[in-house]
Amino acid sequence: MAGAAGRRRIGLIVNPIAGMGGRVGLKGTDGLDIVARAVAKGARPEAGRRAAEALGSLAGLKDRIEVLTYPDEMGEHVVRAAGFACSVLGSIRSGQTTPEDTRRAAQDLEAAGVELLLFSGGDGTARDICAAVGDRLPVLGIPAGVKMHSAVFGISPRRAGELAALYLEGKIRGTREAEVMDIDEEAFRHERVCAKLYGYLRVPAEPRLVQGVKAGGGGGGEASALRGIALDVTSRMEPGVAYLIGPGTTTREILHVLGLSGTLLGVDVVVDRRIEAADADERVLLETVERMPARIVVSVIGGQGYLFGRGNQQLSPRVLAQVGKENVIVTATPGKIFSLRGQPLLVDTGDPDVDRMLTGYVQIVTGLKERLVYPVAC
Amino acid sequence: MSREIKLRKYHAQVWDEPLLMDLSVEGQRGLLVPRAEEEIRARYGSAQDLVPASMRRRRPPDLPEVAQPQVVRHYTRLSQMTMGNDVSNDIGVGTCTMKYSPKVNEQLCSLPQMADLHPLQDESTVQGILEILYRTRDFIREISGMDEVSFQPSSGGQAVLAAASIVRAYHKARGEGKKRNQVITTIFSHPVDAACPATAGFEVVTLMPDANGYPDIEALKAALSDRTAALFVTNPEDTGLYNPRIDEFVRLVHEAGGLCFTDQANANGVLGKARAAEAGFDMCHFNLHKTFSSPHGGMGPGCGALAVREPLAKFLPVPVVAFDGKKYRLDYKRPHSIGKVRDFYGNVQVVLRTYAWIMSLGAKGLETVAETAVLNNNYLEKLLTAIPGVSISYGPGRVRLDQIRYSWEKLTAETGVTSEDIERRMTDFGIQAYWTSHHPQIIPEPFTPEPTESYSKDDIEYWAAVMREIDREARQDPDRVKSAPHNGVTGKIDESAMLFHEKCMFTYKKYKRIKQAG
Repeated sequence: MAGAAGRRRIGLIVNPIAGMGGRVGLKGTDGLDIVARAVAKGARPEAGRRAAEALGSLAGLKDRIEVLTYPDEMGEHVVRAAGFACSVLGSIRSGQTTPEDTRRAAQDLEAAGVELLLFSGGDGTARDICAAVGDRLPVLGIPAGVKMHSAVFGISPRRAGELAALYLEGKIRGTREAEVMDIDEEAFRHERVCAKLYGYLRVPAEPRLVQGVKAGGGGGGEASALRGIALDVTSRMEPGVAYLIGPGTTTREILHVLGLSGTLLGVDVVVDRRIEAADADERVLLETVERMPARIVVSVIGGQGYLFGRGNQQLSPRVLAQVGKENVIVTATPGKIFSLRGQPLLVDTGDPDVDRMLTGYVQIVTGLKERLVYPVAC
Repeated sequence: MSREIKLRKYHAQVWDEPLLMDLSVEGQRGLLVPRAEEEIRARYGSAQDLVPASMRRRRPPDLPEVAQPQVVRHYTRLSQMTMGNDVSNDIGVGTCTMKYSPKVNEQLCSLPQMADLHPLQDESTVQGILEILYRTRDFIREISGMDEVSFQPSSGGQAVLAAASIVRAYHKARGEGKKRNQVITTIFSHPVDAACPATAGFEVVTLMPDANGYPDIEALKAALSDRTAALFVTNPEDTGLYNPRIDEFVRLVHEAGGLCFTDQANANGVLGKARAAEAGFDMCHFNLHKTFSSPHGGMGPGCGALAVREPLAKFLPVPVVAFDGKKYRLDYKRPHSIGKVRDFYGNVQVVLRTYAWIMSLGAKGLETVAETAVLNNNYLEKLLTAIPGVSISYGPGRVRLDQIRYSWEKLTAETGVTSEDIERRMTDFGIQAYWTSHHPQIIPEPFTPEPTESYSKDDIEYWAAVMREIDREARQDPDRVKSAPHNGVTGKIDESAMLFHEKCMFTYKKYKRIKQAG
């Protein structure tokens, strides 16, 4: 939608306190008292500077876009400093911004008709935006947080800006659903990691991930890989066997191919091509796998390559021990595996014996009749 | 470096040449075909009668109507706007094994005995070319250590597909066709080594490199089973690393009941040094147009020579050239053959050039080719790795053979200039755009030069100097690099057309349709 002066509208939200804990060893800034501790330890705002860097990559479009944002340190300062046409919505208490401000800003920018929403922050900010706008609007993260387990960020602020420019110029049109994940900061401060999958944001698809432009691929990219994986898994399904379908977009396609709609973030039990239990908890899963032969179908969650123990804790050590390693079907698009850059897949179920059982090599289903042999470590 | 390198101020000829279809003027002709003589017409009737009625067009095809001088100018202009091995340095076009193709071999191919050869000539009249096929077969047997050779495949890919079909035929003949349905390859093998077995119906299992950059042997052990049909690998891989445990890989696959094929599309790193047979392989192929020097890069003509051990020879595509001590012939009566992969002799002119090239070099000369190519590559590596933005991703510090896949990842992180920006910029210095990477692209911001034995020390130093200059430019004036080419035939092209099929124009018909739609 064109703005008043015929300009394209994009939104920008800066979470001014994101990233402040990192340099001073505080592992995130969820909660105002932590911000105070961070400031006392000498933390400086990071998110505004990083947002400015991303806007730098959009300078070529300055005459054609209008940036809608929130007041002061939530965006207005950097947008004006970068010399973009700027409209400021809403109101905040400067110096005391909260997650509620981020959520309200996202809703206001969506209502104002922005065609792309940029935000500068970390996993907590991504969660707030996901809660506010879901997958209704293309969103792109400018990496500025301490924790960035979510897959919604550009690899650098500059690259995020370039990606936004390509999207606005129509040079990339596709979007992909990217995981929003977060870990419990309090637990993280005590050296325990407990990551959850909170949902998905729609992110402009990096062309290289869609397809190696010059590599002569012609493979049709991520969507076709997902389809191939789903066809492979479903064509091998056996009657009378329970399939425990883990969370994520890769496994969701399996349900689509079967004509089923399960839960994106939960574990669904499929028997004879029907959903027997949706969003099953550990108790239901355990009861199922003790009653009948079962296979577990999982995908790699988030950017760190976790198979178990992040976002799918329902598939507990007891469930896994009962089903056995040989009945675990691992699925992932090739792009997801290559982005791990050789790091092994990880398991952290909470039970060292089960973790050890799961390590070794696994044949990942990466497409229709395609496998990648890959190590699993704990 | 030996002497000061002066970067050329290249400027392309820009003719702004219209498409040939747009030069068409109704009624113009390039050539008026003379009327056939009375006797011929009386005997054969009109030319049209030679075409069966069911195959005749109702409307003539929409061909351009252009007079001869306009056609000559059109193509001469196009040739002036083209970079090629004869006018520029094409070290960058790695994995393609670009090398100088001696002009004398082109003269051989233009001799009437070759150029006018008809596929349906009687065998007694083509003994010469059959003898050359047979002798070249013996050369390839010696170079590979295999027992029988087919020159039928017209490309490397077709040779690999023929190999995959042979694997299928072999297991079927042993009653294991259904069970053995997996082919194992490695991620840095050529992509045909996965694509061809997939086309032949196999499930493809891919191995990733270990911490040293070599294919992971533990992953191989985990992948092997009674479903294993074969191993299809390139060695040295696209990283330039030669798998030092290749014989062990082959042994493990054989123990599991599989066959082993090695892709020697480019054999420049091992010619005369390492043979497929000694590593234990059952089959291999050579892109004759690459290693054995035919002009290539314009999609043909090529020849993928497929070499196999005796137990697999019966499966080779027909025809195979045979000799009974007196006469050469094309043997079509091979009941176990996977069948035809193309008609008649194959691209026999490529075989002729191969024969001439091998004869001119001799056995020692072939070894020198490999030695020079590897030396050249290692010299280029020294020059390139001294450039701040260049790195090598897998197995850094290890010796490479004939090529290397480098990465501009550091430069991209620091300046935003990507490998594709550099690819466009380098043409401004009068050298051909480089090859980035095979699919899938897993090394970030890749480029893959391959300085074969044909390039001089000056050529190699010039190429490296251009890379160094662009690295410097990227730090001082990144927009200059990102907006390149500046002196080329065309400016920067919107590459998004490659991602959206509705924007791609493969035919004139579609070009017109897209133009009309604006």
